Amino acid sequence: MSPRADTATMAKPSLDVNRIRSDFPILSRTVHALPLVYLDNAATTQKPESVIDAMSTYYRSVNSNIHRGVHALSEEATEAYENVRELARQFINAASTREIIFVRGTTEGINLVASAFVPTIVQPGDEILITGLEHHSNIVPWQLVCGQTGATLRVVPISDEGEVRIDEFARKLTPRTKLVAIAHVSNALGTVNPMKSMVAHAHERGIPVLIDGAQAVPHIQVDVRDLGADFYAFSAHKMYGPTGVGVLYGKVELLERMTPYQGGGDMIKSVSFERTTYNDLPYKFEAGTPNIAGVIGLGEAIRYLSRLDRAAIEHHEHELLEQCTSMLKEIEGVRLIGTAREKAGVISFVIEGIHPHDIGTILDQQGIAVRTGHHCAQPVMERFGVPATVRASFAIYNTAEEIDRLKTGLLKVREVFG
Amino acid sequence: MTDVRALYQEVILDHNKNPRNFRVMEDADQFLEGYNPLCGDRYVLYLRMNGETISDVSFTGSGCAISKASASVMSTIVKGRKREEALRLFEQFHDLVTGHNDSHIHPENLGRLAVFAGVSEFPARVKCASLAWHTLKAILQEQKTAVTTE
Repeated sequence: MSPRADTATMAKPSLDVNRIRSDFPILSRTVHALPLVYLDNAATTQKPESVIDAMSTYYRSVNSNIHRGVHALSEEATEAYENVRELARQFINAASTREIIFVRGTTEGINLVASAFVPTIVQPGDEILITGLEHHSNIVPWQLVCGQTGATLRVVPISDEGEVRIDEFARKLTPRTKLVAIAHVSNALGTVNPMKSMVAHAHERGIPVLIDGAQAVPHIQVDVRDLGADFYAFSAHKMYGPTGVGVLYGKVELLERMTPYQGGGDMIKSVSFERTTYNDLPYKFEAGTPNIAGVIGLGEAIRYLSRLDRAAIEHHEHELLEQCTSMLKEIEGVRLIGTAREKAGVISFVIEGIHPHDIGTILDQQGIAVRTGHHCAQPVMERFGVPATVRASFAIYNTAEEIDRLKTGLLKVREVFG
Repeated sequence: MTDVRALYQEVILDHNKNPRNFRVMEDADQFLEGYNPLCGDRYVLYLRMNGETISDVSFTGSGCAISKASASVMSTIVKGRKREEALRLFEQFHDLVTGHNDSHIHPENLGRLAVFAGVSEFPARVKCASLAWHTLKAILQEQKTAVTTE
């Protein structure tokens, strides 16, 4: 993409998208004999060569278990693993590496808080507050722990645009509310929640807030201290890192009060059959041999993102969002699901009379990968009265030409269905 | 690139647009829900039996073109058939859409079902095509709980 004159004079940040594309080996493959157009980034992003290499190098030349061995490999592996904790701390601007817990992903991070924190703070009749745009992983863990503790799950409704009703949010924060859990960015609608002011509302009443950051970290520069987050969970694989690893950030004072999540090796100081002394933070929450290669891959993904201009990423993805939104409005019968004022690079839509699954198949035959279905957000689908949507979601490597390919693809859908 | 027309044949598009026997059957002997949680396809299949013969069949619900057309074509084919015949057709249809079709099936028996042969090239869509058939099989084998494809 050549920078346009007006953007150059306004000195807007720009990304060298061609160069970025050459960092991602998968982008050069074809699907059904056509160049791949990958627009399913909200499900998982592709991985740059540097991430793939870092993990492969670890297995080829460093592999060993961490935190225990006195031999060279174990020390190297431990150092590589713990270096990523510092990278992750910087990435979200946490105060201390003691606040960075490696988990399997956002889902496990949320489950950890539900299991190890909620039972220590709720009594029967207390409430946990979520919103109507949550992913199943920010609904079901709370339902489970409510069932175990006698607490009640409350839900803040969303508007027809897909925005959380802030008036309702304030009203539902009561003396019974013991925890608020909200997605930073909605995976199904793209809505960016006004996290900072929502956290402030909750904190005025002394209520801690967990933020599901799975969809936010690849798009937005996240500063957990600026947001005021008490807990912040995210996954490596949605930010160009590997699957099966993520981070739970938690404030030290909360993590210290919490009971361990799982028992096992590494989370203990000493064990006898009578009594076990738990390890210090963050190891108290990391039982068992962790996903060492995954953590190293996450570290490389953080390095990769940190080399890019984060403001330029936001700008690039916003341009794709605007281009795609305008394009969709020109396609007959399209209805956008989620039209919030603040959106990240996620667009959900339906086409009247054509089921999303059929749209997905026809696009796939043209080499275009989109997501179709309920996006693990069935309550959102119900709110908008649709069984499923088509979702296109953007990443740093997507281009304006790919939005054009999507348009051609959708015109083909219209042609097939007459 | 496989032409999508191999999947979306005219007959399928027609049955999707104008599904046959698409109604609630007030005097049904049996009805059962079929649900594909992956894509949200959800149908109710109604059956009236006269002894061992399917005397009437209808369906309601919503889903993708493949699942709806399949339910519609199925309804036109199994009406008037014996229970055992319909169950045999289930097997033949299943073989057809999963690509296990072989010479033991007479083309004339396949008839209108043949338009679903293209489904075997689209593994992600096999569940869509077979949802109504699984529901039919469950009714004929007197299964009481809703059918899901998971």
